[in-house]
Amino acid sequence: MVRFESVGLRYGRTGGRDPAPEVLRDISFELPEGTFCWLRGASGAGKTSLLRLMYLAVLPTSGKLTLLGADIGRTPRAGLPPLRRRIGVVFQDFRLMPHLSAFENVALPLRLAGGSDAQIRADVIELLRWVGLGRKLYTLPEELSGGEQQRVAIARAVIARPSLLLADEPTGNMDEAQAERLMVLLGELNRIGTTVVVASHNDALVERHPAAELRLDRGRMVREP
Amino acid sequence: MKVPSASARALRADELGLRRALPGRTLPLMVAAMALLAALSVAGWIGTSALARQWREGAGTAMTVQVPRPNEPSAKPDTTRLAAAVALLAGTRGVASVHVLTEAELTDLLRPWLGDSASQLALPMPAVVAVRLSGAAIDLAVLGHALDDAAAGTAVEDHGVWMRRLSALAFSLQACALLALALVGAVSIAVIAVATRAGLAARRDAIEIVHGLGATDGFIAGRFARRTMLLAAFGGFVGAFIAVPALLVLAQFAAPFAENASASPGHAALFAALPIPLWGSIAALPIVAAAIGFVTAQLTVRGWLRHLP
Repeated sequence: MVRFESVGLRYGRTGGRDPAPEVLRDISFELPEGTFCWLRGASGAGKTSLLRLMYLAVLPTSGKLTLLGADIGRTPRAGLPPLRRRIGVVFQDFRLMPHLSAFENVALPLRLAGGSDAQIRADVIELLRWVGLGRKLYTLPEELSGGEQQRVAIARAVIARPSLLLADEPTGNMDEAQAERLMVLLGELNRIGTTVVVASHNDALVERHPAAELRLDRGRMVREP
Repeated sequence: MKVPSASARALRADELGLRRALPGRTLPLMVAAMALLAALSVAGWIGTSALARQWREGAGTAMTVQVPRPNEPSAKPDTTRLAAAVALLAGTRGVASVHVLTEAELTDLLRPWLGDSASQLALPMPAVVAVRLSGAAIDLAVLGHALDDAAAGTAVEDHGVWMRRLSALAFSLQACALLALALVGAVSIAVIAVATRAGLAARRDAIEIVHGLGATDGFIAGRFARRTMLLAAFGGFVGAFIAVPALLVLAQFAAPFAENASASPGHAALFAALPIPLWGSIAALPIVAAAIGFVTAQLTVRGWLRHLP
């Protein structure tokens, strides 16, 4: 499902006499299909960079990355969008489209996948109701609270039933009840086979939901699942 | 359950928010100006082409023959030199008509140089024969020799020098018009590319989000191209609309040079004031502008997206 083999990542210059510093060094681990895994580490340890590699926002500068059965180094650029469609991401800053309603934001992955209007409508309404936004389907993000925006972001990440779900501090703007509700959703997705990786600082949450753990320290993997 | 509102449905096709990033005024205005210039350039090209054709047909199919001492007997019995030359010309293949200029016509021709007293001068005037050719090739050297045999000293002037000069002038004017048209096309492409890049910069975040969600380059470039195409087509339409009255005014100025001044009344006269190829070009302006907008946006966006993994 996810395999890192001596993966390194630099932002900026990757070669020459003065290459940019490596933000991730010699990362190796494997997550089998259906894994639930916490990603831990102090601020600046490289959690977000590791997640960016996993949702293909950046490509490794060294080593070998295998995602959803594809060797990313050997996959042509045109082959990456279909892989991205199988990966759901909940961003720390939500990254919602400000000009699109909650409904349209959540519908976006299905539209990119070529779903029919009727099916998209049914699925999106059902999921937005499930996350408690049934009455705010056509509200713009700026008119939603932080917690509501995060629920829209979560709904967008899971609407296409991704094979790999990545979340970067997903409970950062939630109260405890909402965080637990999210963990239930992530757990259900994991039970039906979705591989879930959650980066979190919330020790209490991690203790309440014990699972495999990846731990980073200054760009190096210090604990594998 | 509330159904999606009209605005929500309208936004569906604008996932990247391009209605804000590529506003509907600046680009159409620029394209309209380019379309107007393109229409004027095309009009210049078509006009000079018509003028060149007219000159070629006028000067290229005319020939002047001067017969000195026209009334003296020729080498043939019972024939004047003029009659012998006219008979020879009329019998030559490729000659459509032969007209001996009258005394009055000759006086009119000489008036600019000699004034009204031209007819009273005691100068020995040659007879001048205006010959209209039908288009078949004539060997002027052979004809010149034959005329010289019939009436020694007869001179043939085929207007070749003038025709070559006029052709060169017409060619220069056509080249200028084509150059202007090419320049307008290049500036249009640059304007659309700059506007597209501004739109890319403004919607960078949105593009990165949909890219991360699995949008292909074709999807993103297609959204930009569709928006740019519509704006460019609108600009092209406005430019073409403004070009029509401008060209009709110019056509009025150029009427004395026109091949066939129209005598048709009303709308028919309005339509006939401009040549049909020019009407076709004006009608094609919005389509060409749309095509330039579509292709330029596609190439610009696809090039920019290469920076993303």
